[in-house]
Amino acid sequence: MPGLEDLYREIILDHYRSPRNRGELPSPPAHRVEGFNPLCGDEVVVSLDVADGQLRDIKLAGSGCSISQSSGSLMSAAVKGKPIDEVRELIRVFKTMMSVHEASLGDDRTTGAEDSPAEPEPVDVSKLGELAALQGVVKFPVRIKCATLSWNALTQGLDELASA
Amino acid sequence: MTVHDPIDVEVIRKDFPLLTRTVHDRPIVYLDSASSSLQPRQVLAAMDHYYETTHANVHRGVYATAEGATELYEGARRKVGRFIGAPDPKREIVFTKNATEALNLVANSWGRSNLAKGDVVVLTEMEHHANLVPWLMLAESIGLSLRYLPIDGQGRLDLSDLDRIVDGAKVVALSAMSNVLGTINPVPTIAEAAHRAGAVVVVDGAQSVPHLPTNVTTLGADFLAFSAHKMEGPTGIGVLWGRAELLAAMPPFLGGGGMILDVSLEGFTPAEPPWRFEAGTPPIAEAVGLAAAVDYLTGVGMEHIVAHERLITTYAIEALHERLGPDCTIFGPPPGGDRGGVLSLAYRDVHAHDLAQVLDQFGVCVRPGHHCAKPLMRKLGVTATARASIGLYNDERDIDTLIEGLNHVGTVFG
Ligand SMILES: Cc1ncc(COP(=O)(O)O)c(C=O)c1O
Repeated sequence: MPGLEDLYREIILDHYRSPRNRGELPSPPAHRVEGFNPLCGDEVVVSLDVADGQLRDIKLAGSGCSISQSSGSLMSAAVKGKPIDEVRELIRVFKTMMSVHEASLGDDRTTGAEDSPAEPEPVDVSKLGELAALQGVVKFPVRIKCATLSWNALTQGLDELASA
Repeated sequence: MTVHDPIDVEVIRKDFPLLTRTVHDRPIVYLDSASSSLQPRQVLAAMDHYYETTHANVHRGVYATAEGATELYEGARRKVGRFIGAPDPKREIVFTKNATEALNLVANSWGRSNLAKGDVVVLTEMEHHANLVPWLMLAESIGLSLRYLPIDGQGRLDLSDLDRIVDGAKVVALSAMSNVLGTINPVPTIAEAAHRAGAVVVVDGAQSVPHLPTNVTTLGADFLAFSAHKMEGPTGIGVLWGRAELLAAMPPFLGGGGMILDVSLEGFTPAEPPWRFEAGTPPIAEAVGLAAAVDYLTGVGMEHIVAHERLITTYAIEALHERLGPDCTIFGPPPGGDRGGVLSLAYRDVHAHDLAQVLDQFGVCVRPGHHCAKPLMRKLGVTATARASIGLYNDERDIDTLIEGLNHVGTVFG
């Protein structure tokens, strides 16, 4: 049985209490994306400053639960200043971690995991650094949507910029 | 002063099998009846017995079980009608999928044949999306003018401008009890003003019918919608009560088998109400379950249920204030005659999702979120609350566990 300590790791609570990269960038020039969880009303606004293949700056605004807020804060710290292809790779690894197949959860509960691949590829959590603290979320399937909220908004923003 | 509790909760609790299960090694503390209630074994047994002995499609066969199923289904209709004081129980009860479908039926069938561009529909600021979105959809399609009765600082409807707001309205549609604030609205007063203005009164009874004695005539309703699964019955069946002459003048909502008198390749003649509004095979076992739920509630006594739930609600509000002080905010009116057992809570600035997650570890089932009332949440200035709601099987210990859990929230989130 998963316990609360699997979910509310110290790093997560720290990012919840003191979120990094909080706020909005003036838009334009920054690109602005809104993410929305209709289930619980959580909202996130991601501002992106992308130039020369680099995510030069990122800020997050909005409100939500500890998981959505800390996941956004951890994400912003991890991607800020990175080349876009590295950001994309990090998003992929993170989303894979969030979509583990129920078999790898160690019990027989079904997950609400997003886009569950038929054969989950193993995730190299060492690539994730502090973000690995969010691993426990998959044991609480209804919270996965909270954890992926800002990541989906970031993906949408990068896609919009790429096709602009 | 101790007030006598007319209900022996220990006895009641033995009727609800789900209350014997544990969650995270703790006894379940079910505080989500506003979302969906639990079912007593009597309801489950009635449905099993129906499937084991009588199941057949209704209104079709001439063989014994088909007749038996039809009699059970129509008997459920009459029983539900009597439960809410319907003047003509046989003709005025329409079985739907749930309260939501019942309200959509009114907005579409009655609404489309009686409303035109510019007509005024009055709702309230505390409506569940089920009594808001169907009217918004109709407004989008035919161009209605929507007005709202506002709420005051304590979560009651502000009626100071009632006559002006309902003036010229064709419809006044409101919930008899809020699923967020627990407010029991003065429907008879509002219905009187609405009728004086010539409006039809649509009452969303999803929260009130399970918890308060209901009489459609004293309410002053023209339509009343509710769901079985919030009143100890099964999912999959809801009820629309409508005044016979209103139903008689309404066109069908869904088309298909069972709702016609005659069909040719050129057209059809609809059946009489209520069958006109029940296209296709209805929820027969669910109707049987609903009838058993009505028997159960009547057996306990709606007056007793009100008294018991008021005791627990008052205990909860007082204990939350006393033991948690300013850390805990309860939305809605203080204890009293217009205060139902729905407690929307905030604890410090911890998000409702996190509250509910910690409470789950204590076996406590509460609902985080906007409770399908986003305009109301905006008015309250929150995006989500954690809602604890009380049913006839809850007692003071359930509230104590809720508070124990909330205290732990303080520990986790510091
Ligand atoms: C006040 C109110 N109206 C309508 C509904 C809709 O009920 P259902 O989902 O059973 O159609 C609910 C329950 O969620 C409610 O609380």
